[in-house]
Amino acid sequence: MNAENITNILVAGIGGQGVMTAAEILSEAALSLGYDVKKTEVAGMAQRGGVVTSHVRFGPVVRSPSILAGEADLLVAFEPAEALRWVNHLRPSGIAMVNSFRQAPPVVSTGLFSYPDDPVGEIHAGGKEVHAFNAGEIALKLGDRRLINTIMLGAISEQLPFETSLLEDSVLKRFAHKSEKLLELNREAFAAGREAAQAS
Amino acid sequence: MRIKKLNARQPASSDMRIFVSGNEAIAMAARDSCVKVAAAYPGTPSTEILEYIADYSDIYSEWSINEKVSLEVAIGASLAGSRALCAMKHVGLNVASDALMTQTLIGVSGGLVIVVADDVGLSSSQNEQDSRYWGRFAHVPVLEPSDTQEAYDFTRAAFDLSEEYQVPVIVRATTRICHVKGTLLTSPKVEWTPKAGFEKDPARLVMVPGNAKHRIPLMLERDQQLAKASEISSLNRYEEGSNTALGFVVSGVAYQHVKEAYPDSPVLKLGLSHPAPIEKIRIFRQKVDRLVLVEEVEPLLEKELKAEGIQLEGKDILPRQGELTPEVLKRSVEGLVEREEKPAPRIIAADKVFPRPPTMCVACPHLGVYYTLSKIRNTYISGDIGCYTLGAGHPWNALDTCISMGASMGVALGLDKGRQPEDENKKVIAVIGDSTFLHMGMQGLLDLTYNKGNATILLLDNRAVGMTGGQDAPSSGINLQGEKTSRVDFPGLVKALGVKEERIHKVDPYELPTLFKTLRDETKVNDVSVVITDQPCVLTERYKAMQPLKVEDKDCTGCGNCLDVGCPAILVSRRETVVKPNGKEKELAFATIDTAACTGCNLCVNTCAPDAIIPAENLIENGYAMPEIINAAAPADTVEETE
Repeated sequence: MNAENITNILVAGIGGQGVMTAAEILSEAALSLGYDVKKTEVAGMAQRGGVVTSHVRFGPVVRSPSILAGEADLLVAFEPAEALRWVNHLRPSGIAMVNSFRQAPPVVSTGLFSYPDDPVGEIHAGGKEVHAFNAGEIALKLGDRRLINTIMLGAISEQLPFETSLLEDSVLKRFAHKSEKLLELNREAFAAGREAAQAS
Repeated sequence: MRIKKLNARQPASSDMRIFVSGNEAIAMAARDSCVKVAAAYPGTPSTEILEYIADYSDIYSEWSINEKVSLEVAIGASLAGSRALCAMKHVGLNVASDALMTQTLIGVSGGLVIVVADDVGLSSSQNEQDSRYWGRFAHVPVLEPSDTQEAYDFTRAAFDLSEEYQVPVIVRATTRICHVKGTLLTSPKVEWTPKAGFEKDPARLVMVPGNAKHRIPLMLERDQQLAKASEISSLNRYEEGSNTALGFVVSGVAYQHVKEAYPDSPVLKLGLSHPAPIEKIRIFRQKVDRLVLVEEVEPLLEKELKAEGIQLEGKDILPRQGELTPEVLKRSVEGLVEREEKPAPRIIAADKVFPRPPTMCVACPHLGVYYTLSKIRNTYISGDIGCYTLGAGHPWNALDTCISMGASMGVALGLDKGRQPEDENKKVIAVIGDSTFLHMGMQGLLDLTYNKGNATILLLDNRAVGMTGGQDAPSSGINLQGEKTSRVDFPGLVKALGVKEERIHKVDPYELPTLFKTLRDETKVNDVSVVITDQPCVLTERYKAMQPLKVEDKDCTGCGNCLDVGCPAILVSRRETVVKPNGKEKELAFATIDTAACTGCNLCVNTCAPDAIIPAENLIENGYAMPEIINAAAPADTVEETE
């Protein structure tokens, strides 16, 4: 199969941020359009605050589940240092969408390693198209840090090869059986992400 | 700004496909193959297979206490006339192998399938071993699916194969099968009539030497039949390709990687990889200029094919460990063929980003244990398999060995008995979790008491198999279906294993002074002591969060004691260097608490001399601002959930 017909989205973040759920929602949206879809994780001990990446590939026929370095169309990074860690997975024309809210692990906070001064700036200096905004702050304003993944999905909704409403529906479907309040909160989060990305 | 749209092809019309992981596909295959009994011990990456099967009320399913028992349960069910499945991670089959090596002589009644998941690339394992060896060793066929669809199809095929040839069948999956989600079309449930009950047949079922020796020729004859079947099996498929300069023989997920990297090359795809279709491969060899054999992990088939005189490239060019991804394949095979030059992607220095090693959870009951262990001097600490293996890392560095399930007990005894004069005063401590203790630790403890060892055992009973996601075990008193069942009585159990009553202590691991005193006292006694901690895993519903804490900045002296707890919610807000009266410089680290992540376990409060850690007010309503740099470990209920 011709790799040019495949869309590669790499979602990267930290255990507990909802990386895998975001990838799941992206996959479901692509599947509903009839694409072949594969999703794979590198999440060894993700529940313990480690690095998590989820690879989503869709197109006519998807072979290998993993996205090769240099072949991701879109990098959705839930944390700026994670964006820097995975940026070389982007193809030259690839785009990075980054939550600029920093989260440092204990090895940084206790002084064993240092946090990069300006990860988003480095990505930009490396010649990649990068959009960054503070999804963490938006989530907290809305009242729940767990909304970060919905905000990030809203942020990339304009870049996907399908209608924005399709992705939004896929997100909201998850909350249809829960409370009306949660549904509304996620609707707001999705819209806020979409708006913030366009302003970035 | 506006962002450009990605370019993708318009999709086809919708259909009946579902989107599931390889593990879920295997569970569905069990359902649709009329499996009646399924058993497993949790282990990454195979854990979810049984969790999915537990949803099917037609199947009896269980968490067994270890993989050997799970296979024995499946063997019994097969002999009783039912189809049976057991699932395990690669190292689990080592444990189960004693049963397997003789079961193969007996054969099956109802179909018997062993799903074994190899952790190629060691995403969450202590080694990387190739379970295909067991197929050779035990004279049983090995099927290797390459994606979700085949995980389903091959598991179903495995039951037919098992019954046709009277043989247990291994379905060898890998992490990239189990944890990859892909599309699946299921087939109708099979019309399967159970065998007519258990048949007494001692010559076949009672493996004493006189009976077993007569079964060996039958097993060897079965090998021959399976080898013939492999030659004509539709599971072994030839795929044409326009570029015959290079051809591939490949099994498992590596097939997808080959198709990705070399879409134009001919491929012989092995679904039934053992016994391999030697003649089919010989014919394939004639069609291509050079043949590359791609197998994860060991050069197993390579040796067999080379012994048959088939010329090929294998592990002489491919790596002996890790996944054979398209990148790895291209790098390795590059020397063999001309390749069009691609512009190299622009490299940004991403390798300088700090590591993000896994941490223990916020408020984990193990934190207090490792804090205490890190404060006790002159110890050798043998560890075991579970979350608590993380105690080997920063900031505790309080674990000296980790080998296999239950090994901490025997290793402790060996450290004690084998000690050299310079280690005369060392205290030997073993750390083991509840589920690991029940899996394979009990025997080691019995050995310790029976042989008059001197070691202090920390039995961390958090009532869950924490590392694999908080599954139940006999220590939780809940079964796979979520029903109440008997709960093991640890003090009673270790007493029965020979530990003296006065040497058994139950301690709340959040009460640091008690824990410290108990450990210090017990390590001084020349005997086997068991200290049982009794607080639940924070990933389970049994854990109840309390009011979160914060640091009163004006009271913090920067001593950094609380950081030694290793709780991911405790962070450094600023550093200072001060000069003490004696002229020496001292580094101060002032702490802050990520209050939104804190669940108020109070461990850090115990370590704070100036009482600077106090209860926090209600966060959101009081305009709580998250620290700009916070740690990532989320409270347990947020893990992989958006709601």
